[in-house]
Amino acid sequence: MNQNNKNRIALTGGAAAAEALKQIEPEVMAVYPITPQTPIIETYAKFHADGEVATEIIQVESEHSAISACVGASAAGARTVTATSSQGLALMNEILYIASGLRLPILMVVSARALSAPINIHGDHSDVMGARDAGWIQIFSENAQEAYDNTIIGMKLAEKVGLPVMAIMDGFNTSHCVENLELLPDEKVKKFIGEYAPEKHLLNITEPVTYGPLALQNSYFEFKVDQEAAMEGSKEAYLEISREFEKLSGRAKNYFESYQLEDAEQVIVLAGSTAGTTKDIVDKLRKKGQKVGLLKINLFRPFPRKEIIEALKNAKSIAVMERAISSGTYSPIYQDIVSGFYNSEHKMPAIQNYVYSLGGRDIFAGDIEKVLKDLEDNNPPAGGSKEIKYIK
Amino acid sequence: MEVGAVIKHDIKKAAKTGDWRYMKPVVDKEKCSGCSTCVSYCPDASIELKFYKEGQKDKADIDYDFCKGCGVCAEVCPMKAISMQKN
Repeated sequence: MNQNNKNRIALTGGAAAAEALKQIEPEVMAVYPITPQTPIIETYAKFHADGEVATEIIQVESEHSAISACVGASAAGARTVTATSSQGLALMNEILYIASGLRLPILMVVSARALSAPINIHGDHSDVMGARDAGWIQIFSENAQEAYDNTIIGMKLAEKVGLPVMAIMDGFNTSHCVENLELLPDEKVKKFIGEYAPEKHLLNITEPVTYGPLALQNSYFEFKVDQEAAMEGSKEAYLEISREFEKLSGRAKNYFESYQLEDAEQVIVLAGSTAGTTKDIVDKLRKKGQKVGLLKINLFRPFPRKEIIEALKNAKSIAVMERAISSGTYSPIYQDIVSGFYNSEHKMPAIQNYVYSLGGRDIFAGDIEKVLKDLEDNNPPAGGSKEIKYIK
Repeated sequence: MEVGAVIKHDIKKAAKTGDWRYMKPVVDKEKCSGCSTCVSYCPDASIELKFYKEGQKDKADIDYDFCKGCGVCAEVCPMKAISMQKN
């Protein structure tokens, strides 16, 4: 590590995302505070108070109003962002579908947190998983560096494909933990993001438009199918923008990160901050000669099904570890991977659904080691287990 | 399909919503002082100030394609320059 690099700095994940937002300098930010999103917006509010950004910060009375104000601002043609967590994201739910249906490129930084009840302010993925069908692109971050990177990538991606984007970090694990990261120079980020010039918007009086019209039996279906095509198309756009970002930052970005995956027999699949601990365990077991690996999901919606299955096809057994329950069935990433295998030409490996760290419950290195040990002991057996295992 | 179901408007093809008007406002351009009070009061954005005579201020001009004859302009005009007449 270059000690003299002026762009290296120690920040919480929340402050790192705020630094990215400062460089983006959106025209409008409508926000309502909620733990653990607060480090993002309080840091940004300080930039604003110090005159470092000219953003119109709209302080609203709820998250429903925050996202509604964002819809208005974005339809008016402004580069628009917000940030939230947990109940806040749940309260936004109704408007999430409107933002994506109107094809508004809003960026939302999410500090993912458990949902009530019982009330719990700590991290898990219940909130963002609950919003996975809302038509938003979802990108997970492992650490403060990725929270920063994905905020920048997310803004550009949203505006390129005309869909809203959630840049997700783990509440507390990432949002409140101070880590060393590297910031890009302001001008490089500004050049990367570019000027926002929407094709149409409400304040363009020479070409007047209506947003949010009625579309009944004769057209609603077509609009939704078009929207879905845009969602599918955003996969390619994500890769293009990631490559461009890689050139800028030197940090590799892809749909997922493959860690010792090439010849791995036992593989853990997960998204978010637990990837860091998992990499340590993979390193430790590799030294002992065990062929273990990690696939860390970056882009979750749209789900890069084909590419992920291709990367997992040689694994003997897979543990899909998730920080969320999909009530009444298997957890979300597990469902996507199992159906991905069924729809590919590859044989389904032994695959096990784990749920861990709900409500911020600590996950230890030993827990992950035990998961890999289970896989090595042919548990689950070929064909996979039907049971969900809880790491408590 | 139009992205996001956003409707683009062609003013030339727009329905002339003033055609069901019963009473219409008529501006006496000599009395009108060009103060623009009626412009900001018009609920249908159907009044603008337009060139009238050389050396004089622009005067209120009504777009009868869209004016619905509500009479607010006649009510608020400080010069009493707008009168309501049968369409």
